[in-house]
Amino acid sequence: MASEKPDHEGPDRGLSGLPGGKPKYSAFALARQAMQYHQGWQRAWRDAQPRDEYDAVIIGGGGHGLATAYYLAAVHGINRVAVVEKGWLGGGNTGRNTTIIRSNYLWDESAAIYEHALKLWEGMSQDLNFNVMFSQRGVLTIAHSEHELREMSRRVHAIRMNGIDSEILGPDEIRKFVPIINIDQTIRYPVMGGFLQKRGGTARHDAVAWGYARAADDLGVDIIQNCEVTGLRRNGRRIVGIETSRGFIKTRKVGCVVAGHSSVVAAMADIRLPVASRPLQALVSEPIKPILDTVIMSNAVHMYVSQSDKGEMVLGAGVDKYNSYAQRGSFPVPEHMISAAVELFPVLSRLRMLRHWGGIVDTCPDASPIISKTDVEGLYFNCGWGTGGFKATPGSGYVFADLIANDRPNSIAAPYALDRFQTGLLIDEHGAAGVAH
Amino acid sequence: MLLITCPYCGPRDESEFSCGGEAHIARPLAESSLTDAEFADYLFLRDNPKGLFLERWRHAAGCRRWFNMARDTVTHEIVEIYPMGSGPASKAGKAAHAASWRRDTAAEAASKPAHKSRAKKDKVS
Ligand SMILES: Cc1cc2nc3c(=O)[nH]c(=O)nc-3n(C[C@H](O)[C@H](O)[C@H](O)COP(=O)(O)OP(=O)(O)OC[C@H]3O[C@@H](n4cnc5c(N)ncnc54)[C@H](O)[C@@H]3O)c2cc1C
Ligand SMILES: [Zn+2]
Repeated sequence: MASEKPDHEGPDRGLSGLPGGKPKYSAFALARQAMQYHQGWQRAWRDAQPRDEYDAVIIGGGGHGLATAYYLAAVHGINRVAVVEKGWLGGGNTGRNTTIIRSNYLWDESAAIYEHALKLWEGMSQDLNFNVMFSQRGVLTIAHSEHELREMSRRVHAIRMNGIDSEILGPDEIRKFVPIINIDQTIRYPVMGGFLQKRGGTARHDAVAWGYARAADDLGVDIIQNCEVTGLRRNGRRIVGIETSRGFIKTRKVGCVVAGHSSVVAAMADIRLPVASRPLQALVSEPIKPILDTVIMSNAVHMYVSQSDKGEMVLGAGVDKYNSYAQRGSFPVPEHMISAAVELFPVLSRLRMLRHWGGIVDTCPDASPIISKTDVEGLYFNCGWGTGGFKATPGSGYVFADLIANDRPNSIAAPYALDRFQTGLLIDEHGAAGVAH
Repeated sequence: MLLITCPYCGPRDESEFSCGGEAHIARPLAESSLTDAEFADYLFLRDNPKGLFLERWRHAAGCRRWFNMARDTVTHEIVEIYPMGSGPASKAGKAAHAASWRRDTAAEAASKPAHKSRAKKDKVS
């Protein structure tokens, strides 16, 4: 980034002053409702029925789609918008992910978009008037060999050059930061050090979807659930509407944000994407007393762990090795993840796991997303977030709304266009996004 | 969890295998005759069907040999396993092979020896 002021220094700690999110939730509203036995709460968004025509339609009611619709209405004044979701709101990867948020990626292009998102996270609960439980508890990535530690410090310097907080910790500092970790140097993969982004952390995934849905609905956006898109109708090279399980909807702008189903929806307009749909799995344990107040991940032993506010240990790892749309993963992956977790955190060995699930993520050859126009006029894609798009939710929605409204990408979105797979200008983030999400 | 029948070793647990992704992607021989967009079809674009998928697998923790597999990406049913260098034999496998967009790409056309012989003929004349 040659300019003096990096792109991501746009909005700071949210975008205060945007409309949406009424009626107001507050301590006062809570007290008033308490007096009425909580009978007076209004539903947070309407159960909208599809209208004949919209100015723009967003396919996919996950966090990214809902954020896009919200910013279309709040920033660009485009209010005749529908979000069309085949299942229920937030039932895709938004409601299945392990909620890790950070912006410590290697390249300038990534720093721009993930840091833009992180700044929006910092103000999101206020902006949307909805508590998304954003908790900046820090994200610590550990290294298990001399080489990995050197590579990590190279990465830390690159990240700091982009004005993003990042620091190296030695084993003793790690032990102090995370008392339950095993720093014994005789284990198979000893902890040699790590790097920490203190501003990273977690948020409540469902609340993000609900917060955006409520704020968008307040601005007139129709959120249409149980409505599957089955076709993209074109007239020549222009989009003119979408076919759905609930009939045809006319529109001249369509934004597709369907994660694991991106190839399926793209094929409806004869568009091919470089993505592969893979299961990504996670587990949560029974709830226990607080033992871990940060997020720990290890790329080498393939696992990461945090503790939810309810006390459950939340564990995850890398993607399954073959393509699938089945929303369930194969057993060797969690087995591997658990053995790594137990070696690093012996205290976890007697925990019982409560739930285990998978989501279908759309992985890209360079582990970076696609935010792009297509050969079809009025048809836009936002996909390829793979294993790590939750953290980008607000930033992704913000720049995608901008792309749809203005029919040209802004400087943050531009490097993520589809044509990078022809020019070769890839944004290779395998080192930052391989196992770590 | 898959039970995969290695054509050389018999039925084995999925964890012994590694998956090599989409099968039947031939390297274009006449690369320089392709545009960047056409070459991208070969290099980056992958079939990602919801349904039957033709893919390559390797018995990594066994005989270490490659083979092809036709597998459904929704049910995970393995429809057939067939050797490298040959096409699918089942009706469903053949249909999936013929239906792939890749069959119509310039990159695939440029992978056929016919392409080469045309070049040769040009030289002779
Ligand atoms: C187990 C797991 C752990 C993860 N952990 C993290 C993490 O810690 N940090 C992080 O940053 N990211 C993580 N991710 C990735 C993250 O969840 C995704 O990148 C992100 O949530 C994608 O959001 P989205 O809104 O694009 O997709 P989704 O939430 O999947 O929304 C897409 C929606 O499109 C709908 N749809 C699909 N086809 C159609 C159709 N034809 N018509 C209508 N609607 C359709 C789907 O039903 C779905 O609701 C994880 C993912 C998984 C699965
Ligand atoms: Zn074998």
